[in-house]
Amino acid sequence: MKTAALIWTWIEERFDVGELIAPLRSKTVPRHRFSIWYLLGGITLFLFFVQVLTGLLLLLYYRPSTQEAYESVQYITTRVQFGWLVRSVHFWSANLMIFMAVAHMFSVVLLRAYRKPRELTWVSGMLLLFLALGFGFSGYLLPWNTLSFFATKVASEVAGQVPLVGHALLVFMRGGEDVGGATLARFFSLHVVVLPALAATLLMLHLWLVQKFGMSVPPSVESHWTEVPEVRQEVRFFPDFLLRDLMAWCVILAALLVLAAALPAELGHKADPFAPTPFGIKPEWYFLAQFQTLRLLPAKIFGIEGELIGVFGFGLAGALWLALPFLEGRLGRNGSRWVRAAALLGMVYLGSLTLYAYFAK
Amino acid sequence: MGKSLLVLTFVVALGSSLARAQQTGACSNCDQGDSRVKAIAEEFAADIHAQNAMSCNVCHAGGGRGTEANRISAIPRERIPELCGSCHADADRIKKFNPALHTDQLAQYRTSVHGIKFANGDTKAAVCTDCHGVHRMRPASDPGSSVHPLNVAATCQRCHSDAEYMKPYHVATDQYAGYSDSVHHEAMVAGGDLSAPTCTTCHGSHGAVPPGVKSVASVCGTCHVLQARYFEESPHKHIFAMMNIASCVTCHSSHRIKHPDDTFVGTGPKAVCGNCHTPDEPAGETANGIHRRFQRLEADMAGAKSLLDRAEHSGMDVSEAQLELDQAGDALTKARVTLHTATLSRVTEDVNVGAGIVAKAHQAGEAALRERGRRRKSVLIPLIAIVALLVSLGAYLREIERGQLTTTGAKR
Repeated sequence: MKTAALIWTWIEERFDVGELIAPLRSKTVPRHRFSIWYLLGGITLFLFFVQVLTGLLLLLYYRPSTQEAYESVQYITTRVQFGWLVRSVHFWSANLMIFMAVAHMFSVVLLRAYRKPRELTWVSGMLLLFLALGFGFSGYLLPWNTLSFFATKVASEVAGQVPLVGHALLVFMRGGEDVGGATLARFFSLHVVVLPALAATLLMLHLWLVQKFGMSVPPSVESHWTEVPEVRQEVRFFPDFLLRDLMAWCVILAALLVLAAALPAELGHKADPFAPTPFGIKPEWYFLAQFQTLRLLPAKIFGIEGELIGVFGFGLAGALWLALPFLEGRLGRNGSRWVRAAALLGMVYLGSLTLYAYFAK
Repeated sequence: MGKSLLVLTFVVALGSSLARAQQTGACSNCDQGDSRVKAIAEEFAADIHAQNAMSCNVCHAGGGRGTEANRISAIPRERIPELCGSCHADADRIKKFNPALHTDQLAQYRTSVHGIKFANGDTKAAVCTDCHGVHRMRPASDPGSSVHPLNVAATCQRCHSDAEYMKPYHVATDQYAGYSDSVHHEAMVAGGDLSAPTCTTCHGSHGAVPPGVKSVASVCGTCHVLQARYFEESPHKHIFAMMNIASCVTCHSSHRIKHPDDTFVGTGPKAVCGNCHTPDEPAGETANGIHRRFQRLEADMAGAKSLLDRAEHSGMDVSEAQLELDQAGDALTKARVTLHTATLSRVTEDVNVGAGIVAKAHQAGEAALRERGRRRKSVLIPLIAIVALLVSLGAYLREIERGQLTTTGAKR
């Protein structure tokens, strides 16, 4: 204890850390019946850090070439001490991160936390969610097994449906006409260089905006607090709220360990580009709803390719959702109700189509 | 000089084109021929002979223009084999068109059941055009040909499934129905394997005969080499010869040949061994012994596969053991072939090879599952530490929050 105090004093004398964290000591977080949802952002952030840490460990052994990718993952899983755990935690934290980010996004919509002055917080958060999906998509191919190979092949074919630039986009994604070594190389660089750089930048912006504007209080709570100021409650960010965050992270870390040990990430079989596409190939769960939608669309709608309309529809829906804080005002007095209805509809659509695709043959 | 050569080349090319057009199109272009002749001539344009610059009068000698066209008449059926043979048995002539083409069709035909009956005056017996068509003959390699491997059975069945037509010959007419339901037909049609057997593979084409009792094993052995060799080494060979029964078809039937499974062996309800042997006699015991060994190996393989699959789905790497397990399948296949020796010790030898591989795969699967168990246990300590940390954090939070409610109702 004495040594720790000495070290702290040594640091304090030189860097004045106390002054640096002083704003955190005075920072408060509103406390009300919806406060639990504030934890989702922190959990997503924690999972991102787990991703970074486990990803760095995997990088020590992973080799991004068609000859060695599968074998290196096999080596990590079977030979490296606790390699299986690192890989499985990476796999599960990726899935949980996307799930938590989506849950965080819907909680923000339903609590109307995107409204002025937090428009840019919403936009940066949505862009981070898109990046998370990009991480999932690019990382899925890296083990170079049968499932990941053909899922990437099918998904890039869908991208090829985009009007005008579809073929160019497909070639850009694959690094050629087919999924191969060039695809693996660019997915790898995307996964470990491009996306992390973008995510780090956006994350800093997002966190700075959250610190700047503080936690949003839902309108219903806010009006109640205005009417009855005595019921207003706030807790200190440090240490009260941070302790709650830490407790949530502990729960998530425990869940990660249990999932990694009970349901470890499978290795599958090495991809064979000359093999036929396996029957019933499906993407990861977070793309299942879109995948099933494209499957359900008729081949032609008003003479236009159904898939084309589907891809265009997803793009339009994503763009509109991104611009949500700016569009709500244009929807008139009932704008917030429309947004809430759209969010509920979106949740039902994503949930039901995901389940449908999961159980469909 | 160069210019003259060019003109000469042009004149020769034009002349030969006109001559060819005249040869193949003469009958269809003739304004005095009847419409039937024109239709035949048009059909003939797709014929391999027309494509080799032969015209109607190569077969229908005596044809000509104008009123002489009436002299063209149908070729009498009894002349057909000799007429076709006049070119196709002439090696000098045929090699000008296709040096790889055989010229023994007529000689073979004369030895066939069809040819012998035909020579004896039975004009119902098949001749060349019955199988190859008349004016639209295509090479056997052409999928549109009536003698392409995919079409041979349908061509033969035109006569051989016609009970009325075959009545005078007192032969069965269910061959095509049987073949259509056979493993050979499945391989050919569903599997797209053109090397799979069809009628002519076993019976011959031009020299078609039903294989005799003694030659059945040789016919089947052309493809099923090991099975035929093992049968030769088996006690069945001499007994079948003594009883004058055909080898392969006695157990596998002739046309309706099904994919044999292990129920085929032994004295059970579906087993063919039971047709001759009872469970109590030594041969019946051998058959049942072989059956039991096949079943056990198959069951052990399925068990090992399920174990390895379970380990694989648990994130364990068992690819090497899975590959090795495939070799157990190969050993079982080999044992099923060795079955044709009807010798228990030889079959057991092969089965034991498979059993050894299965045992190793099983061990690998169990080791993988033990490792899975160790892995699961290894996270228990960190898990307990996390839960302890969680409880401590909760207790600390409760402590620092206790009594912190301020008079304004807000927490400090």
